[in-house]
Amino acid sequence: MCGTCGCGSEEGGVRILMPGMQQEGHTHSHEHHHHHGNSHDHDHSHDHDHSHTHNHSHDHDHGHAHSHAHSHEHKHSHDDGGITLAPNKKILEVEQDVLQHNQVMAARNRGYFEALNILPLNLVSSPGSGKTSLLERTLKDLKDTLDFYVIEGDQQTVNDANRISALDVPVIQINTGKGCHLESDMVFEAVKQLQMKANAILMIENVGNLVCPSMFDLGEKKRVVIISTTEGEDKPLKYPDMFHSSDICIINKTDLLPYVNFDVGKVKDYALQVNANLKFFEVSATTGEGMEAWYEWLKEQIVPKKA
Amino acid sequence: MHELSIAMGIVKIAESETHKAGASKVECIELEIGKLAGIEFESLDFVWPLAVKNTVLEQAEKRVEVIQGQARCMDCDTVFELEKFYDSCPVCRSNLKAILKGKELRVKALEVI
Repeated sequence: MCGTCGCGSEEGGVRILMPGMQQEGHTHSHEHHHHHGNSHDHDHSHDHDHSHTHNHSHDHDHGHAHSHAHSHEHKHSHDDGGITLAPNKKILEVEQDVLQHNQVMAARNRGYFEALNILPLNLVSSPGSGKTSLLERTLKDLKDTLDFYVIEGDQQTVNDANRISALDVPVIQINTGKGCHLESDMVFEAVKQLQMKANAILMIENVGNLVCPSMFDLGEKKRVVIISTTEGEDKPLKYPDMFHSSDICIINKTDLLPYVNFDVGKVKDYALQVNANLKFFEVSATTGEGMEAWYEWLKEQIVPKKA
Repeated sequence: MHELSIAMGIVKIAESETHKAGASKVECIELEIGKLAGIEFESLDFVWPLAVKNTVLEQAEKRVEVIQGQARCMDCDTVFELEKFYDSCPVCRSNLKAILKGKELRVKALEVI
């Protein structure tokens, strides 16, 4: 089982694909993940142990070598703290963030994007809110004005990448296999293949899921959550983590408002309750209604560097 | 089910720290998890045995310190406890708040042998 994405095996693993590619015959560019679930040899880790002999010398000076871990040897039982340990026991004060690896890789992505003056946007929503349609419309209308790159995240298929590729916009598909969200190292691998030019917008369409992607920073500048008028107004309250971590909220499918029982004012109130800093756009990716404001915002974000 | 990813992340940290310290297994792992961290505690318990199988954590006791959410109201400066992100200030009802505590998701300590 993969520690980062939770993928179960090679078959369920992460794949990075170009549009039009067959899903078979893929390259699995995910080597740095450890597949613990398979036949993880425990003795291996002990061997590894011996190569780190320098650690012994750190025991007393609270080694700062590779991480923030401080290890204290408790060779004697001490009564003051009430902890009685066997002679060979040690307490390692690790104090390490569980998501640290993801955050480090996100910071790495972010630095790369900043150097190239690229605006990376992380598009998140539940499945079927119209992320891809919104993206298609935006690209169709703006691709002559602005440069775009796209990373598509889905569990399976290159369908979305094919839709984007049909618009002649450079796109990479990440298939997460069993994974329910994109992580920063997947984006890192995908970005390497995109070979982006400066002053562009990178649209990262996350896996359709309002829960898991909220915890994983991809190195984006802004997180854009999309909710459609065919969903419940109380979604921001039901999935507060996602709305809390987003910067922009796009309410899509406004053309359906006459036919559905959806109160735009209410959804905004709920969303603001979770995150008072959210900025809203009300759009219909089908009719184009309201898209102009979203385009203006995009253009404001990507000010080309003048020599 | 991102709790599995989280559990695997914890395993990764425990394996690396344990080996660095020249130890072979973990007797006890202390975690700090905030109520606003986005972790479903039941889901974490559910995936835990699967995640720690054949790792240094297999026999480890898992101690979780749950950290209560705390925020400061940006309008009236009240510091208050919150259960959910959408809880508003109990004094002035404002939704503008800065989260002070509750988003922690850390491996605090390992007891190794």
